[in-house]
Amino acid sequence: MTDALTEGFIELDRVEKVFDVRKKTGFLRRERHQVRAVDSISFTVARGEMVGYIGPNGAGKSTTIKMLTGILTPSGGRLRVAGIDPSRERTRLAHRIGVVFGQRTTLWWDLPLIDSYKLMHRMYRIPDARYRENLDRLVELLDLGALLDVPVRQLSLGQRMRGDIAAALLHDPEVLYLDEPTIGLDVISKARVREFLRELNTERSTTVLLTTHDLSDIEQLCSRVMVIDHGRMMYDGPLTGLHEIGDGERTLVVDLERELPPIEVDAARVVKIDGPRQWLAFPASASAAPLVARIAAEYPLVDLSVREPDIEAVISRMYAEKATS
Amino acid sequence: MTVSTSTPASTAGSRVAEGLRAYLLIAGMWIRAGMTYRTSFVVTVIGNLLLSGMDFVGILLMFSQVDSLGGWTLPEVAFLYGLSATAFGITDLLLGSSEVLGARIRDGSFDTLLVRPVPVLAQVAADQFPLRRFGRVIQGSLVLGWALFAVDVDWTVPKALLVPVMLVSGALIFGAIFVAGAAFQFLAQDAAQVQNAFTYGGTTMLQYPPTLFGKDLVRGVTFVLPLAFVNWLPASYVLGRPYPLDLPTWVTYMSPLAAGVCCGLAGVVWRAGLRSYRSTGS
Ligand SMILES: Nc1ncnc2c1ncn2[C@@H]1O[C@H](COP(=O)(O)OP(=O)(O)O)[C@@H](O)[C@H]1O
Ligand SMILES: [Mg+2]
Repeated sequence: MTDALTEGFIELDRVEKVFDVRKKTGFLRRERHQVRAVDSISFTVARGEMVGYIGPNGAGKSTTIKMLTGILTPSGGRLRVAGIDPSRERTRLAHRIGVVFGQRTTLWWDLPLIDSYKLMHRMYRIPDARYRENLDRLVELLDLGALLDVPVRQLSLGQRMRGDIAAALLHDPEVLYLDEPTIGLDVISKARVREFLRELNTERSTTVLLTTHDLSDIEQLCSRVMVIDHGRMMYDGPLTGLHEIGDGERTLVVDLERELPPIEVDAARVVKIDGPRQWLAFPASASAAPLVARIAAEYPLVDLSVREPDIEAVISRMYAEKATS
Repeated sequence: MTVSTSTPASTAGSRVAEGLRAYLLIAGMWIRAGMTYRTSFVVTVIGNLLLSGMDFVGILLMFSQVDSLGGWTLPEVAFLYGLSATAFGITDLLLGSSEVLGARIRDGSFDTLLVRPVPVLAQVAADQFPLRRFGRVIQGSLVLGWALFAVDVDWTVPKALLVPVMLVSGALIFGAIFVAGAAFQFLAQDAAQVQNAFTYGGTTMLQYPPTLFGKDLVRGVTFVLPLAFVNWLPASYVLGRPYPLDLPTWVTYMSPLAAGVCCGLAGVVWRAGLRSYRSTGS
């Protein structure tokens, strides 16, 4: 128990998840390959923190959440939530966590919303008074009063999402995981969900881990953000730091004919030399063409390439997705 | 870290109790929901009753042409039929929903069952609790009730006791096949079809006298997949009919043992299946 208090409430140490994927490549022919969905990720989340976990589609966000809930067993590394190994003690952990999946409901599809809550009440053995109190509060905050007798299948996406969030919180979980909770929601529903989450975190200090590929969720909710891409952690820190990286520097990699002293041009500085190859950093806002022209005029240039900073490439891909989705 | 002091047996027992509790909670919810439309409920149960009675009508039609089937009279075949249909009906009512597990795995909604604090098998089995399937249980019991009066048997206490023993063991044996079938849906999401061959196919076969089938098949369902313990073996003894295989009398009392072994194996298979679950990428 003590290590759950002194260290993080959620702890990941070089956690990996590798999927064996078999693809049909023709009649009776299958190709096997491995997908490294989560690749050696480490982080800790303290009690009461609200953390955004972002990255483009396929980055490994859902896979991480599934390991944190015990749905999936990690292929490697060490993972603890409240001192519990999720995949080994999934049922015990279930009492202490709440989970909301944006793309699928945990509610009973064919039954009225209130029936799902009654069932949760018994399943989680929530004391009667506590259940009443929580239900009343959640119904009010999430504006569910008129929806309680409606079968879940008849709810709109935004209504269903609010219903799902309430269901995940009836048993007073210590941590709430939300996997893309605003996906597909209209502007008003998004605002309402965000408002509620903010209150949940500040008033009740519930730990919240939120995945999204929508940056504006994070901008409005989380002071700490983790960026993941291709299963690897790209950034873990305050949101402000992410913005700074966002307008950071690009790198020009030049191959010269031979080993030479550092290139001297204004608007760029050499950050690394390896034999005839030199790395120059220049502002992301500046164009590379004049810089290249100037270098080519004064140095024996063989080859060159421009590198986006990785993190920036990730973020810009996320913005691109946002624009198209 | 707290050290668990409970023995494996007691934790297994408490998990079964937890599972039953969750099952009753979920099934109760569905029954209440289904009861809100009482007339439509009665209509579907009766419809189901009539539908499942069709295969018995087939047997009656056969007996309008012949006096015996494999040497067995109509009440004797009805005895087999009633036992098999009732035992299967009970299982199909209680576990039939596990058929859709494959679909839930494919569409990813199985994930949501894993984040709840109750055994997954109970959630899978109780989901959408199909009360209409009660029709088959009623129909099977009616046939069995008639057969009990109509068969020419000197009822003794052991013979009378064998009837409920057969029903319970039979339901458990079918139940084990349902659970194992559900477990295979983790590997192949359309395994439900194969399971149906064993359950629906099995119950239909058991409605006919064992003397109609080849020895190899009888051996198979006696020693490998012990369907014969649902009714064939004990019923042959109750009716004083020779069983195609030469077995000592005590074997007829082994249905509970066969059921226990089947359930134990099914439990192991289920756990292995659940462990192999890898969710879906979406
Ligand atoms: N159950 C699975 N089986 C095979 N591949 C998977 C599975 N789940 C995820 N993946 C793959 O792992 C990668 C990460 O997926 P996911 O965690 O869902 O990403 P995100 O939630 O960030 O969009 C993707 O390439 C995806 O195709
Ligand atoms: Mg995802």
